Amino acid sequence: MSRYVSFRDFDWLLLVFVLMICALGVMEIQSATAHTKFAGANVKQMYWVVAGIGLMFLMSMVSYHALLDKIQWFYIAAIASLMAVLVFGTKALGAKRWIKIPGGNHFQPSEWVKLILILAVAKYFADMRQRELSWSDLLKAGAIVVVPMLMVLKQPDLGTALTYLPIAAMGIFLGGLQWKQGVIIALLATIGVGAVFFIPRVHVLKSYQKQRLTSFVDPDLDPQGSGYQVEQSLIAVGSGGLWGGKGSQTHGAFLPVPQTDFIFAAFAEEHGFVGALGLLLLYFIVLMRLTQNAQTAPDRAGTFVVMGVVAVLSFHILVNVGMVVGFMPVTGIPLPLMSYGGSSVLFMFLALGMVMNVRMRRFVN
Amino acid sequence: MLGRDDKVSEFRLTAAQYMILAIFLVLAYGLWRLQVMESNLYATLAEKNRIRNVPILAPRGKILDREGRTIVDNYPSFSALLLRDTPHDLNADSDLIAQGLHLDPDDLRTRIRTFASMPQYQPIFLKEDITPDELAFIDSHRNELPELDTIVAHRRLYPRNGFMAHLIGYVGEVTEDMLNQPQFELYNPGDVVGISGVERQYNNLLIGTNGARRELVNSHGREVGLLDETDAIPGKPLKLTVDIDLQIAAEEAMEGKNGAIIAMDPHTGEILAMVSGPTFDPNDFSVHISRGEWNKLVDDPDKPLLNKAIQAQLAPGSTFKVVMSVAGWQEGIAQSLRVHCNGSADFYGRNYKCWVYFLHQSHGDVDLEKAIYQSCDVFFYTLADRLGIERIAKYASLLGLGQKTGIDLPNEVSGVMPSEEWKLRNFHQKWFAGETISVGIGQGAITVTPVQLIRAISAISMGGRMVVPHVVNPSGLPPGLLQTANYTEVKNIPIDPEGWNYITDAMVKVLQPGGTAPSAGVPGIEIAGKTGSAQVVSLALRAKAKNESDFAQNGWFVGFTPRRNPDVVVCALFQGGEHGKLAARLATQVIQAYVEKQRRSPQKVARISKPEKVEVGALWSEPDPDGNNSKLQMGRFVVDLAKKPLPLAIAAPGVE
Repeated sequence: MSRYVSFRDFDWLLLVFVLMICALGVMEIQSATAHTKFAGANVKQMYWVVAGIGLMFLMSMVSYHALLDKIQWFYIAAIASLMAVLVFGTKALGAKRWIKIPGGNHFQPSEWVKLILILAVAKYFADMRQRELSWSDLLKAGAIVVVPMLMVLKQPDLGTALTYLPIAAMGIFLGGLQWKQGVIIALLATIGVGAVFFIPRVHVLKSYQKQRLTSFVDPDLDPQGSGYQVEQSLIAVGSGGLWGGKGSQTHGAFLPVPQTDFIFAAFAEEHGFVGALGLLLLYFIVLMRLTQNAQTAPDRAGTFVVMGVVAVLSFHILVNVGMVVGFMPVTGIPLPLMSYGGSSVLFMFLALGMVMNVRMRRFVN
Repeated sequence: MLGRDDKVSEFRLTAAQYMILAIFLVLAYGLWRLQVMESNLYATLAEKNRIRNVPILAPRGKILDREGRTIVDNYPSFSALLLRDTPHDLNADSDLIAQGLHLDPDDLRTRIRTFASMPQYQPIFLKEDITPDELAFIDSHRNELPELDTIVAHRRLYPRNGFMAHLIGYVGEVTEDMLNQPQFELYNPGDVVGISGVERQYNNLLIGTNGARRELVNSHGREVGLLDETDAIPGKPLKLTVDIDLQIAAEEAMEGKNGAIIAMDPHTGEILAMVSGPTFDPNDFSVHISRGEWNKLVDDPDKPLLNKAIQAQLAPGSTFKVVMSVAGWQEGIAQSLRVHCNGSADFYGRNYKCWVYFLHQSHGDVDLEKAIYQSCDVFFYTLADRLGIERIAKYASLLGLGQKTGIDLPNEVSGVMPSEEWKLRNFHQKWFAGETISVGIGQGAITVTPVQLIRAISAISMGGRMVVPHVVNPSGLPPGLLQTANYTEVKNIPIDPEGWNYITDAMVKVLQPGGTAPSAGVPGIEIAGKTGSAQVVSLALRAKAKNESDFAQNGWFVGFTPRRNPDVVVCALFQGGEHGKLAARLATQVIQAYVEKQRRSPQKVARISKPEKVEVGALWSEPDPDGNNSKLQMGRFVVDLAKKPLPLAIAAPGVE
């Protein structure tokens, strides 16, 4: 059936842009962690990137159809791993998010669950046979995402849980959401958010999570906690100016976690508006290249897979950069490809591997 | 129905692309807003974050006497610190540290433990104002105990035993009340400022300008670099008009007593000495005074914190008769008044007694001269009756009684010079003529402060030339410092020269046999003066009291020398001193010291031709503060021959 799959069809251009972002990330980690106890994190990050590239190639070899065919087993495994976290997970900073694996590393299952959800949603909509979504389709597609989402929320990890939503949203939108349904969902979402915040009996969010969200609205409410973080982030970005500055916010340790969640603020402080805009442009190019790959995908399933990756990536950028410039609350979502952290890097490269996988099979028919 | 090969809607994919574009445009706008539009604001905030201003405290200016001798100096006061970010085991060293710094080892270990949760860079303040041998201990254990460190601050060193304490005042942390006043608006809580006396009055001159270190810090407050440093500008030295030699004489006279002594140059108003007793030790205030000690000072019935020279409002007693004499002379009554003193006289249906009545004597026929040197009350009752309160008040007010003198010291009080209008305003009552009789001998409603009295007497002794008393010569001060008072202002009170010659001649007789204070006279020195004994309560009431000394009379003396164109005026208040002659003895001691100093004064010795500085080495022994083991001390002094002409007795060999 297939002609042949060749690395000539691999998206080298996309990889170049991705690696440019990764390189900027490593540089910024190096700059932000120099003279701190995290010094050397840039080297580790490079290892993660190299490992990620390896995984990406492996991922691109296995046909995504093969993955989609066995998706129910992956899905069950995903739920099981989240269950395992809740039972055996390591507690750190008040949350169980990691499972200790031998060798001193920690594994965060909620990251790779994203990957499985992208495939599961793609599979669901690819198998759909009508142009317009029925309410039951909507509910089923939503359930695929909401079940693991609630489990992650239980850890608690609001940020990661929220990243599951755009996967469903993108699938539903591309799968044929009707205007009426869109409006109704938007209304329900508004009521739901209102309930979480304004009805005291509803305990969906932990109090610190609510606090983070409210302190975003008014940073002065909590100047030492997340309000402080937002404040310091704004100062870092703002003081960078047009061309960037000395980086006193980053190097004086005023900026919290400048190598992970606030890496964009550190970058913006040191390289100014010009540098930060350039970095955003790189991300934009990557996203446009991905959507282009979605358009040229050989089938609906491929399009949904790639667009799932686009959805997750865009959401991460929106929430992370939005947080850094003060448009979004502090949710602890890292900036993909730049933020220091193995799980995040490996997830992104695995996701890119799936995109390559789809692209390499675009002429297969 | 969709087929397997049907593509996803192209329209929806494009829509997704535009949505992503929209997200990026919003984020780019966010960056634009922060980094371009509001970049200056955030740059300032970032600077504020990372730069810490640490003040470098300026040492306060010295306080010198009129000859440039140091009265108040600063000394470097060391505090011992325990640094905690060292690899040393603090607990293991704690015994040695406690021993060397004279601390309780258990207490020290407890403090190390309580600091365990604090950031490592934060040191523990072990002890303030450590002694030289504790400092030597730290210095000699630099290698064994690197965690010990010292910081130095300038502290005020005042003369011991409360010498001149009231005039000098003391410093302390600026209080909240003071911060609300406009003159202190630039200070911060914790700043050390003058709280009383000259330290407060001339605070702006003495305080200097603090320097600053701008340090780069990280978010933990740890210094990571130094940006720049501006040096502190030390406070300017302040030269008082006080002469230490005279001050010593006045302090010795006042020792152990309750009251005040002032010596003043009547030509200029320069205060040459000012004592208030009992005194307090301002050194107790320069570190930290304990609440108990403070309460003791405040609650003491002898009011040691009060500068009685300017803050005691008391009846002037017979010293007021000098003012009465001037008023009577100017009105043409006193010179011709003849009174027969029987020991008492009746006015307005009441019997007023002369002080000799209690000695079962009488003055007989009295004219103004005898009335002054014998202090005859009946004469002045009669004079007061003839003058009436309005004319008395007019002359007393002209001479500055019942008003602040404007001396350059804080919290001067005004006293009271009663008049018909004063009584109507304060008591809504008519003035009774009988009240005038008591005022005639300085009793009743009239109250004055020693500094008012000395100013009035000085004006009379100078033929009506009235000066403003002051402790700092304004000509040596930077302009603009004094706004409220002009100390060079001189008022001329019209007094008939014949009158004040007559009155001062009578005052000379006060210290001669037949006067009220012959025992206070000093052979070879002509002193004109007037005694006074002012009742605290009426004599009749006092006789009823169980413990008479509770209501002992206040002794007063005002005097000057010589009788014409005097060089010095002295006022002594001896509270509970019973009789004016006791106060007179205190005052004449000071006058004697003044005259003796003048007689061997270099003004009468040829000036040394080549003014220069001479360094003199000296050895002396001094007991340590506990009073035992005299230790041999040595040091070098620079004698500035241009400023301080050497008395002949100690003129060093080799000086021309």
